[in-house]
Amino acid sequence: MPAAKSERLLNLLIMLLVQRRPVPKERIRELLYPDSAPDAFEKMFERDKEELRGLGVPIQVAPVDSYFDDELGYRIPADDFALPEVTLTAEEASVVALATRVWEHATMAQATTDAVRKLSAAGVAVDLAPLDIAPPRMVADEPAFAPCWQAVCERTAIRFDYRRPDEEQPRRRHVQPWGVVRSSGRWYLVGHDVDRGAERVFRLDRVTGTVRRAGPPHAYDVPPDTDLRETIRRLAPPPGAQRAVLLARPDSGHSFRRRAVAVTHGVTGPDGRRDWDRVELERPSRGLVDEVLYHGSDVVLVEPERLREQIVRRLSAVVGAVVG
Amino acid sequence: MTSRSATRPAPGARDQVARLLTLVPFLHQRSQVRLGEAADLLGTTPDQVLGDLRVLFMCGLPGGLPDDLIDVDLDALETPDGGPLADGLIRVENADYLSRPLRLSPTEASAVIVALHTLRSGSTPEVAALVDRVLAKLEVAVSASAEVRSVSVATTPDEAAEVALAAQLQRAAEEGRQVRLTYHVPSRDELSERVVDPHGVVTTGRFSYLDAWCHLADDDRLFRLDRITEADVLDTPRRTPRRAPRDVSDGAFDQRGEEGAVLATLRLEPESTWAIDYYPMKAVRPQPDGTVEVDMLISDPRWLDRLLLRLAPGAAVVAPQEFIQTFTTSAQRTLALYRGGQRTMES
Repeated sequence: MPAAKSERLLNLLIMLLVQRRPVPKERIRELLYPDSAPDAFEKMFERDKEELRGLGVPIQVAPVDSYFDDELGYRIPADDFALPEVTLTAEEASVVALATRVWEHATMAQATTDAVRKLSAAGVAVDLAPLDIAPPRMVADEPAFAPCWQAVCERTAIRFDYRRPDEEQPRRRHVQPWGVVRSSGRWYLVGHDVDRGAERVFRLDRVTGTVRRAGPPHAYDVPPDTDLRETIRRLAPPPGAQRAVLLARPDSGHSFRRRAVAVTHGVTGPDGRRDWDRVELERPSRGLVDEVLYHGSDVVLVEPERLREQIVRRLSAVVGAVVG
Repeated sequence: MTSRSATRPAPGARDQVARLLTLVPFLHQRSQVRLGEAADLLGTTPDQVLGDLRVLFMCGLPGGLPDDLIDVDLDALETPDGGPLADGLIRVENADYLSRPLRLSPTEASAVIVALHTLRSGSTPEVAALVDRVLAKLEVAVSASAEVRSVSVATTPDEAAEVALAAQLQRAAEEGRQVRLTYHVPSRDELSERVVDPHGVVTTGRFSYLDAWCHLADDDRLFRLDRITEADVLDTPRRTPRRAPRDVSDGAFDQRGEEGAVLATLRLEPESTWAIDYYPMKAVRPQPDGTVEVDMLISDPRWLDRLLLRLAPGAAVVAPQEFIQTFTTSAQRTLALYRGGQRTMES
């Protein structure tokens, strides 16, 4: 069961961790890869370093001698390697335990559990103490979620096919991911669109097909001061309107009434009846026109004029198509 | 002492090293750890932990002198035929340089931080303060790297309210108490009040539902949480037996109420094809001109009417004839309100 490769990785880690000075590559070869031919050593050493870095082990490259920088060596700075001291009260530890039950996504649930194991190993007593909370669940069922998250964590450029709602065919996009954000119940990817040379936001449920790596890890920098939520707000399409006024028949249009800033009863409606209600909305959602149409002759949009025209145009198209 | 023998390569060397980097500090922190406990901590079997420790036994400082190697008392962990002894005490020496666990990776750190933010979003002020203290302490522990900060959950007030509602309803289910709901049915644009015996809250990808016995319908019903406008947990105990809430993740519940339903065929223009992903379809037939023909089971014709209006003019009924007529009449009646009537008139 035990593997020669595990031994080699662990021995390499220990060797670079205990040395104060960077270890020259030749020395590493002598001690840990004595039987390998030069080419095989190079390959194996590169792979082993990547395996350890994949675990999160910080391997630095630095001059062996600080006065002469012609020879480079490798080291793992102990302070960067080790988890700093974390002291949690029993109550705080139970919050951490609860966190392991939040993710409804296999990879993320595993990552959370791994994190909590490390904290336990550092001495935090993580027990499922009776904290009287049913944890909320975090869902990520977009297939693109896991590879995008991974790419963000590794800073690896990716490519994928993306279908905008106003386009019939998906188009290939090349992106350097900066972050993933959940907003209004959906996941978004924020990043630098390489083809367009600008930052862009992508809705993950519009990614079609597989997300593929398009470059090596740690290949670009996320601009400092990037505020993902701010980016999403800035790049999101502007709201359909600042304000809207509707007329609704009694006991109808409940989804609007829930969000209304003001409701006036007993208003004369477009049919001359005096039992309509006037409903005012601040910053209505972008789907306002669709939602008003959904209510048919129970709800009439009064303002803004621009959206009212859209409704008239869309209904005319239906009626006209039948007549013609 | 067991002899140090050559070993066979096995898959998952990286996982094995990761487990050892967690196991050694864990042992370092506690005086007596048995093989079985270590397996529980690592989420694996005693056999696997024994295998990991055999690897550890082969490792140490470069040099190859006996004192340079990590010492593991394997005899205490093995049966005579080499199997694991779950009760065996693990003793590891000469491994002080591995006494601290590895820092959290960006993925681990961001996963746990997002989970904590999620916990916070729907919680009471006391729990929120507790979560904040944990977040502050963890931020020190994880490298404050850009990678960790680049994952973020922007919860809207609506979502936070829904999370709180889910917790409230789940607790009512666990305590066996009735709940009075005001519920909005968009397909009929109807608000209704009912008393339910909650079974529990379940979630599909995008929506959460309360599964409950409804005393108005005298049957089990699923209530979408974002359509519950009010919920009062009552003091009265439930009157029907609680059962496990239904698994709604496979969409099986979409099939309910099919008896009496009518099959309708629609033609969707390209801009309306999103509806295919949102509503259960019996058949989907892409056409050469880019439109898509779909078959749907319609149990409430009023709902179909609303859907067609929402998609207008991007969807048309192909069959049956009666639905075409209803939809056209609705569109005409609605349009008349815009064309004929006065725009707005205060009372």
